[in-house]
Amino acid sequence: MYPKDLKYDREHEWVKVEGDTAILGISHFAQDQLGEVVYVDLPSVGDSLSAGESFGEIESVKSVSELFAPVTGEIIEVNDGLGDAPETVNEDPYGEGWMVKVTMSDASELDALMDADSYEAFIAEEA
Amino acid sequence: MSERPVREALTGRVIFEIGSPDARCVEPPVLDVPMADVSTALGGQARSSTPLLPQVAEVDLARHYAHLAEANFGVDNGFYPLGSCTMKYNPKINEWACRLPGFAGTHPYQPTETVQGVIELMVGLQDALAEVAGLPAVTLQPAAGAHGELTGLMCIRAYHTANGDARKRVIIPDSAHGTNPATVAMCGYEVTTVPSDESGGVDLDALRSVLDTDVAALMLTNPNTLGLFDENILAITDALHSVGALAYYDGANMNAVMGKARPGDMGFDVMHYNLHKTFSTPHGGGGPGSGAVAVRDTLAAFLPGPIAVRAEDGSFEFHTPEQSIGRVRSFHGNVGVLVRAYAYIRALGGAGLEEASEQAVLSANYMQEKLKVAYDLPQDRTCMHEFVLSGKRLRKEYGVRTLDVAKRLLDYGYHPPTIYFPLIVEEAMMIEPTETEGKATLDRFIEVMLRIAEEAKNDPDLLHGAPYDTPVRRLDEAGAVKNLDVVWSPEEV
Amino acid sequence: MRFIPVSCTERDEMLETVGAQSADALFDVIPGNVRFSDSLDIAGGMGELELSAHLEDLAGRNKHAGNLVSFLGGGCYDHYVPAMVDAVLSKPEFFTAYTPYQPEVSQGTLQAIYEFQTMVCSLTGMDVANASLYDGATAMVEAALMAARVKKRRSFVVAGTVHPEWRETLATYSHAGSYEVVETPASDGTVDLSALAASVGDRTAAVLVSSPNFYGNIEDLAALARIAHDAGALLVVSANPILLGVIEAPGAYGADIVVGEGQPLGNVMSFGGPGLGLFACREEFLRAMPGRIVGRTNDVDGRPGFVLTMATREQHIRRQKATSNICSNHALNALAAGVYLASVGAAGLAGVGAACISKAHFLQESLLATGKFTSPWDAPFGNEFALRYEGDVATLQSAMLERGYLAGLDLARFDASDSGLVLFAVTEKRTRVQMERFVQEVTSL
Repeated sequence: MYPKDLKYDREHEWVKVEGDTAILGISHFAQDQLGEVVYVDLPSVGDSLSAGESFGEIESVKSVSELFAPVTGEIIEVNDGLGDAPETVNEDPYGEGWMVKVTMSDASELDALMDADSYEAFIAEEA
Repeated sequence: MSERPVREALTGRVIFEIGSPDARCVEPPVLDVPMADVSTALGGQARSSTPLLPQVAEVDLARHYAHLAEANFGVDNGFYPLGSCTMKYNPKINEWACRLPGFAGTHPYQPTETVQGVIELMVGLQDALAEVAGLPAVTLQPAAGAHGELTGLMCIRAYHTANGDARKRVIIPDSAHGTNPATVAMCGYEVTTVPSDESGGVDLDALRSVLDTDVAALMLTNPNTLGLFDENILAITDALHSVGALAYYDGANMNAVMGKARPGDMGFDVMHYNLHKTFSTPHGGGGPGSGAVAVRDTLAAFLPGPIAVRAEDGSFEFHTPEQSIGRVRSFHGNVGVLVRAYAYIRALGGAGLEEASEQAVLSANYMQEKLKVAYDLPQDRTCMHEFVLSGKRLRKEYGVRTLDVAKRLLDYGYHPPTIYFPLIVEEAMMIEPTETEGKATLDRFIEVMLRIAEEAKNDPDLLHGAPYDTPVRRLDEAGAVKNLDVVWSPEEV
Repeated sequence: MRFIPVSCTERDEMLETVGAQSADALFDVIPGNVRFSDSLDIAGGMGELELSAHLEDLAGRNKHAGNLVSFLGGGCYDHYVPAMVDAVLSKPEFFTAYTPYQPEVSQGTLQAIYEFQTMVCSLTGMDVANASLYDGATAMVEAALMAARVKKRRSFVVAGTVHPEWRETLATYSHAGSYEVVETPASDGTVDLSALAASVGDRTAAVLVSSPNFYGNIEDLAALARIAHDAGALLVVSANPILLGVIEAPGAYGADIVVGEGQPLGNVMSFGGPGLGLFACREEFLRAMPGRIVGRTNDVDGRPGFVLTMATREQHIRRQKATSNICSNHALNALAAGVYLASVGAAGLAGVGAACISKAHFLQESLLATGKFTSPWDAPFGNEFALRYEGDVATLQSAMLERGYLAGLDLARFDASDSGLVLFAVTEKRTRVQMERFVQEVTSL
């Protein structure tokens, strides 16, 4: 449910680090809470993200949640496939359901994120 | 065993799929003047393509709408205990009255001497609403509750501005209806949310901690969304006034307290009514309603105009207040709705309105008492006109959600309660019987609710699949968003 | 009348169940210092016979389209309403229903709205329409606010030829929300295009116009679209739907949002309300739209059905970030419009539009021929036109009222500079005989 090679934040985003690139998505817990995802509103390539600030929205039929950036950086790729198949976020949240790729400007921000074990403990507490 | 014949589906076939190119219900008028050259008259802007409109013979049209009606459920079809919506019976005399040519056929720009009756009716309605509110000045312009909220908040903004006192924020409890924060945003204010206590009331300490001279107002529903009367109400409105802020009363739950407690006496400065809830005008499948607003005399000068008034000579006319915020719509209000509300008020009178609230509250308490054996009742105390049950035990023990209970009620011929509101109660079911239901109806509904609780225990899957006996069953709402189809096109055939 | 079916015995049984001495005792939870101890001073308690007589008396003190010959318009019109319309509106399954939040038992309302949305799109030349708003004025305001969201700009340019009450409504909302409104003047009965072009700039979210405009005249929508789009603004056009069978759809000229007052479509005047706010736009703006939208989908058995959709735009989900605070639609009025359009069909709507235009031109020519009126301008017009009267307009109107006519709308009511102008509206209901007699009476004054 919570891959060990990812980092997580308290808003239920995950981060996968590949060099100075971070890939972002939402966790299994988050997609389960939302229910069937019907729309994902993402920024464009070239936009900048600030850690802790909203960079998009994700909608189910009867809810809207903001997406918060776990790291600061510039968007280099957006998962356009979610436009036609937003349910991919439910089906494969850590794979095909990724949202954006970012060039990080401050890798030390990763230190503030949780590893899989801490995140599992965090959501157990929240539930 | 012979197969049952399949009855033609009541719905699904849209009106564009019935009829034929030559069919029509009403013939175009026969022209008794020379036909104008339409294109020339319109400066060359004649229509280049024929619009897609139905071409249906009268009998087919009659059946189409008869089928659609059969697939709908109104108060006349059965009990409608939809919390916070006050689905009371809509008296037939109201419908007759609003169709009288002297009301239905009047034009808003007729000379006032030709519309004395309708203006008198508006004044009579304003007077009654002012009396129930304990607030002296009323506008009938707003078209709906949310429109009334906006109007009221605009008056509050104008009041502060006139005092040279620009304020920035409006406080809203977290249990509030979504129209409250949306209205605040439209009015150019920021929303400050305060937590409710477990009984849905305002947490006084939390309120005091966010109060300062930047606060323009608090918007509050009382009885609150749990159906409970806030016992600190005067302390709340006093706290607001102590920092120069005003108190806004959301009249959604006014059916609980007519003649028992008045918003003006509770310290509120502005309120809106939902005439389609409290005063028996029909909901119309979503509207039109009417959101009349009542204010304290210090705010009367800011109301949108024109307002119906009685002149010194006893005649009736319109008058625009001096510092009016301006119009919030065209013309005078949803007069067709106002006529119905007026008829209802004259049918009941002051004593009848009070009796209506009494019976609404008694019926709610009766149902609460009978249903709390099978469902959780988070606040086990005297409620007002509605109460909130929780289905959390059914969810935990049998995996049956409140949504399933609601859908199962449809099979039994009842409209479900309001569900998942307020958000502060898990698996919430908000039940408002209203005073217009007989005891036998309440008893039958109670029995069905108890039976459904048994079904949840014995056969949870039965509830997961409900409803079975409705024109359509559960619909794919996610699919509706993802494969959006909001306009019919001939290619769909 | 009470409308309470609970008998005294039953009431006592209920009181016993809840353990209260009286219903009044249940209100003891209200603190004493806010209990209302008086009785409400509201007359009533009438029986149905008494009440119906009282209401008939009030209604009888109004003159109306049934006993006056009306040439009054200005946003509210005396069109023919086919018998089918009220037959449908009178079905309690429609009018006593709530908002269709439970789609399994609301397919009638939902499908009727879906059909309505389709008709509105087709008439206006737009891609998507909502389930309706309160009235034309608030629909235009919502269009302006939507343009501000889409364009991230906070200024509106509104033609001075838009209905004065609509402009006032726009000003009220804009003032509260801190938007800028620039009004551009009329020139010869239509908006002054060069003045408008000079007012539009890179802060303009929307250019708001009406065609036919308040004076009944047709605006140059293609030119207005160019001006708006050159500045990166949206063009919002208000249309009169009763004419859209014969007049070009605003979408064909590049309108981005089309609004309108839908009252002429099968809705009675009812002293100006309830109206019907029409709202349609291009598909790219769908997520920014205010109000309810109905969509088609399937149920678990694969049967087609309808639901309220795209609800995440709305206040109950998005709260202060919602596209509007609206929490209703004028569903019953939209139903009336749908039944109306289905009753007349495309040919019928074109016939009604052509009749209104032909009759309006007939009356205009006849009045000009009396020599008592002059035309203040040359603009093309549809069902409504303004004339300058040689004498005092108020005197004319009261003299004609005595003779049983509503002789148009005195435009000085809205703007002193329009003093002397009378706005005449002619619907398909006015007969040649009525118009000829009216002209004779005016001549004889």
